[in-house]
Amino acid sequence: MRSLIKHIVKRFAYSLFTIFLIATITFFLMNLVPGGPFLSEKNLSPQITEVMNDKYGLNEPVIIQYKNYMIKLAQGDLGVSIINKGRDINDIIYEKFLISAKVGFITIVLAITIGIAMGVVAAISKGKLVDRLLTIFSTLGMAVPNFVIATALLIIFGVKLRILPTYGLSSSAHFILPVLTLAFYPMAYIARLLRTTMLDVLDQDYIRTARSKGLSEFQVLVKHGLRNAITPIITYLGPMIAYILTGSFVVEKIFSIPGLGGEFIGSINGRDYPMIMGTTIFLATIMVSMNFIVDILYKVIDPRIELN
Amino acid sequence: MNSCILDIRDLEISFFTQAGEIKAVNNISLQLKDGEVLGIVGESGSGKSVASYSIMGLIAEPGKIVNGNIRFNNHTIETMGKKELQKIRGKEVSIVFQDPNTSLNPLLSIGSQLIEVIIRHTNKTKKEAKERAVELLGLVGMNEVDKRLKQYPYEFSGGMLQRVMIAIALACEPKLLIADEATTALDATIQAQILELLLQIKKKNSMSIIMITHDFSVIANICEKVAVMYAGRIIEYGKTEDILYNPKHQYTMGLLKATPNINSHIHEKLVPIKGSPVDLLNPPLGCPFAPRCEKCMKICLRSMPKNKVISDDHYTACWLLEKKLWS
Ligand SMILES: Nc1ncnc2c1ncn2[C@@H]1O[C@H](COP(=O)(O)OP(=O)(O)OP(=O)(O)O)[C@@H](O)[C@H]1O
Ligand code: SF4
Ligand SMILES: [Mg+2]
Repeated sequence: MRSLIKHIVKRFAYSLFTIFLIATITFFLMNLVPGGPFLSEKNLSPQITEVMNDKYGLNEPVIIQYKNYMIKLAQGDLGVSIINKGRDINDIIYEKFLISAKVGFITIVLAITIGIAMGVVAAISKGKLVDRLLTIFSTLGMAVPNFVIATALLIIFGVKLRILPTYGLSSSAHFILPVLTLAFYPMAYIARLLRTTMLDVLDQDYIRTARSKGLSEFQVLVKHGLRNAITPIITYLGPMIAYILTGSFVVEKIFSIPGLGGEFIGSINGRDYPMIMGTTIFLATIMVSMNFIVDILYKVIDPRIELN
Repeated sequence: MNSCILDIRDLEISFFTQAGEIKAVNNISLQLKDGEVLGIVGESGSGKSVASYSIMGLIAEPGKIVNGNIRFNNHTIETMGKKELQKIRGKEVSIVFQDPNTSLNPLLSIGSQLIEVIIRHTNKTKKEAKERAVELLGLVGMNEVDKRLKQYPYEFSGGMLQRVMIAIALACEPKLLIADEATTALDATIQAQILELLLQIKKKNSMSIIMITHDFSVIANICEKVAVMYAGRIIEYGKTEDILYNPKHQYTMGLLKATPNINSHIHEKLVPIKGSPVDLLNPPLGCPFAPRCEKCMKICLRSMPKNKVISDDHYTACWLLEKKLWS
């Protein structure tokens, strides 16, 4: 127990350092990119550009800008957006992330439950028709890009059958198509991984022992089988969950969802430096946190993992 | 009085692999009385484990019972469904598997793996099951039992795990215990204690035991009968003293010569049996031991010898014992 707490503290410090590194790298990369928010398409007069640059501190030496930024970041302040009329970036991210995360959360629950069920069913019916159908399904789910899936679902359910809404998120029915689109890949991925690990586990001696004790098939498959089969795939779940929670630009664009994915691309196109920085750091934090959680979870589930 | 707990007739088990049919168990018949202790010996791959797993209906793909029947405690094992088998496994018949290091679930505590079998087959509450678990671990000679229950298999040595396996197998007081090399990882003192424990429980519950072993001292210690297996067949069967002191089959004799003599003070030279085991994919027409037998005759290569009764409860399959041949 004490070693577990020590481990958690260590991993936490490590995670913070990772976020710091990412923030630093992003900051300097951003300053290397030519162009700026007040250049390009907008045709502002040089004087106005100068005033604006002054206002947002873009004329200071890079190192001073970096220092100021990091101090604010440490207080959890991501600054103000340049394009969005000076709105707080924290507010924008919060609002957009809530939308993306809502869709993402439903997607994750769906993908994990169905993915696990598919993987288990495929493993226990190895070589039979069900297994082959599931294999075809998961191969397709992983190979077909999500804009193709989105378009197909949109045409079938939205245009041809006209039974599902395709624009925005104004009712629960509006969630169905984007969630389905997003769920395909992770569902297929989990199903495929789990099929492999489950087959491996079902061949182990301790499964035979479980059977020899007269346990029910459910106990054998879930308590003894699934538990062991899931452990190796937990590692993959962390990044996957982070990725889905933060929203997909493509899917948000197709279904007109005002989420974080779309916002991020918008800020890149607009060269909204603070917004790009803020979103990048936020995404990195989500990713690092998921890995942190998974790492701890892994240790809790598998007693064999050495904590040093 | 001495009714049969187990009656196996003409049992044949094959594994249908890509390379072909592996005849792991080839036409064995065997009876075991209530409270009897049977030893099964034979070199690696002779079918000891496969034959004994079949008593619990534990032959898995690609293995199949091709022929014969297994009657155990008034059940016909080979026709029983999954649900019925679940009711007797771990309760009427239980098994201690060969490899203790891989036979327990690495993610579950010892306690939960012991308690689940008690809960499954008795009406005990969780608390009562735990008390029983504590008692069982004590029986197999474990200290600090309360702490042990919470530990995981990786925290145990092979010998400790073997004792946990034995505790699990004994948990519901089975009518038949199958011990597949169940004492190999134990040191001599513990082994003697465990064998003593098994004999006690056998007497108390009139439990029958099948001891699969390579160790003739275990045989001499607790077995009443011995079956010698070779290439999926029982080539000799008899009372322990018959097998140890009056073996009739060339393979049994070879096996005994290859083992340190436990009773004699004379240090005989150990003579390993020359040659390699039979290829079960293409079993020979005649006596399976023929290619390695020093007394092999022409007829041995051509046809399989029949079981020849030597005395009560002692039979063997070897052409040398067919009187007809000599007369
Ligand atoms: N799952 C399987 N697939 C194919 N062949 C198998 C399988 N299980 C067992 N066999 C074969 O059955 C034969 C008998 O095996 P078994 O495990 O019963 O031997 P054993 O007498 O217990 O040997 P050991 O002393 O090494 O435990 C072996 O030749 C083995 O190759
Ligand atoms: S039957 Fe022939 S080959 Fe087989 S053990 Fe007897 S003498 Fe040897
Ligand atoms: Mg074996």
